Amino acid sequence: MGLVPFILKKLLRMAALLIALCILSFWLVSYSPLDPVQAYVGADMTRVSSEQSEMIAEYWGLNKPPLERFLHWGSAVLHGDLGTSMIFRRPVAEVIGERFMASLALMSTAWLLSGVLGFALGAVAGMKQGTWADRLIKWYCFTLASTPAFWLGLLLVMVFAVWLGWFPVGLGVPAGKLADDVTLANRIYHLILPALTLSILGVANVALHTRQKLVDVLASDYILFARARGEKGLQLFWRHGLRNVALPAVTIQFASISELIGGTVLAEQVFSYPGLGQATVQAGLRSDVPLLLGIVIFSALLVFVGNLAADIIYRVVDPRIRKGESA
Amino acid sequence: MPTQTKSKPILEVEELSISFAQYTSGLRQSSLKVIADLSVSVCPGEIVAVVGSSGSGKSLLAHAILGILPGNAAISGSIRFAGQKLTAEYQEAIRGREIALIPQSVNYLDPLMQVGKQVRNAAKIARGSSPDRAAARKIQREAFARYNLAPEVERLLPFQLSGGMARRVLVATALVSSARLVIADEPTPGLDDAAVRETLGCFRELADQGRGVLLITHDIETALEIADRIAVFYAGTTVEVAPVQDFSGGGEALRHPYTKALWRSLPKNDFAPIPGFQPHPNALPEGCLFQPRCPMATPECTAGRPEMRAVREGMVRCIHAS
Repeated sequence: MGLVPFILKKLLRMAALLIALCILSFWLVSYSPLDPVQAYVGADMTRVSSEQSEMIAEYWGLNKPPLERFLHWGSAVLHGDLGTSMIFRRPVAEVIGERFMASLALMSTAWLLSGVLGFALGAVAGMKQGTWADRLIKWYCFTLASTPAFWLGLLLVMVFAVWLGWFPVGLGVPAGKLADDVTLANRIYHLILPALTLSILGVANVALHTRQKLVDVLASDYILFARARGEKGLQLFWRHGLRNVALPAVTIQFASISELIGGTVLAEQVFSYPGLGQATVQAGLRSDVPLLLGIVIFSALLVFVGNLAADIIYRVVDPRIRKGESA
Repeated sequence: MPTQTKSKPILEVEELSISFAQYTSGLRQSSLKVIADLSVSVCPGEIVAVVGSSGSGKSLLAHAILGILPGNAAISGSIRFAGQKLTAEYQEAIRGREIALIPQSVNYLDPLMQVGKQVRNAAKIARGSSPDRAAARKIQREAFARYNLAPEVERLLPFQLSGGMARRVLVATALVSSARLVIADEPTPGLDDAAVRETLGCFRELADQGRGVLLITHDIETALEIADRIAVFYAGTTVEVAPVQDFSGGGEALRHPYTKALWRSLPKNDFAPIPGFQPHPNALPEGCLFQPRCPMATPECTAGRPEMRAVREGMVRCIHAS
């Protein structure tokens, strides 16, 4: 199968996934105790009579059967209209776009950092299997793998923001500064602690996988033969270890995007970082159904694209798949 | 070839033992001796076959000579290369340069590297620390041409090779190394007749260039076809080393009862199986290792392990041999 039919097939699968996801989340929300009218009116609910609220419900079509409501919402989504966020009073797509740009800086920094650092640590541990360096790295990874993101975030805030005062306690930009005066340095300065939280946690996964894969590779017949031919040490790693280990590491790193999104929700909450994760929590807590559904669809898209990227990169980089198809 | 066997050996293995440390239950360690008192030698221009049944630890001999045994292995005895004792440092220095390994299967090639590059790497290492790309490429292309590998094969990955092609690529890694000793570990299983013949031809060619070839195999018929001398491996040791000419007729020229029985068990001879099984390394019998299955066994055979001694043109480990 060539690359183009492969991608087409994947896109078809993505469409199916999104449709299923829409049906499921709409169904869940329709059975939740959320009252859209109350969520819309908010604190003024006591001043709205039951006739008035019924009129609002009728105006929105809330008294229609669920299937009709779903089709109505679904066709709007297909036309690119995700509705209006009740908290922000702005179109959902706009809110997601803005929040995502803030999260993108955070997530990509954390993703790159954890990938590079994790791969390096895993490679060192694998090459030095059984030594103190290996044990130290393994211990570090196991500890981190069992650490919740929000706890680590709180710890970093306590140490680096409260006690040492090196970094701000939260937010994405300095408080009280006009939006036009905010510099890139300001943004980066606020990004460091949350990005650190996410990357420290992301390291464990890729490091442990890389280590295990490298240990397997080093025990393989072809490494034995390479040693018999006189190769050793770093040369052995560059020639035969790196490539055989890098492929699974890349796949894992792309597949971990879903975990990254989960971690971002927690980290942004701890640091009050105005990203997509924080918006998710707000939408959930304040019954902003349109925003919540929008974010669900968007995150699914993000995860799918991550996995798709891993698949495509695997096909491009792994000569066995590439050549096996052309042969 | 009696004149060659009398020249100075390139490889001398004497009383080699290999044992492995194992954890039996909990932290209790025991050591399992897989190879015991093995002796064999190879001269330049000669092919010596070590013949023994599958899974009996013959490959470990190759790994011990190259110094690539796993960390929990302990060895005793002596291995000499060109008269010099093979220490770990010396092994590391001459691995891939003076001694080359031809491994069992295509699994020994890096699955993600083009085979031509792997052969070029072998050529580079064999020529010391200054890797010359063009020179290595030339050597690799010559080796490929020599073994009838088409020029485009160098850009293939191991999984794209046929069994015979893979074998020729593996032999090419030894050819480009200009090693004086080539160790081939089970080089023929899984190949069709033509490919076997072709591979054996490659070994003869390597030997005729003046290299010593140590062929480790379970296939005695292949060994008889190509080798100058046969070392018979039984229960972790060599029971006999005999010139290939002795394997003829009813096996009267052979020295050890096991070798005779092995010879007679071949389909082209009596096809008579040897009763019983080879003992497991942790349940070796008293005295001579073959004594429980030996038709010639006497009470003296259980008294102690027979020493390897010279009988006629060969060596044997049996007190009754003459």
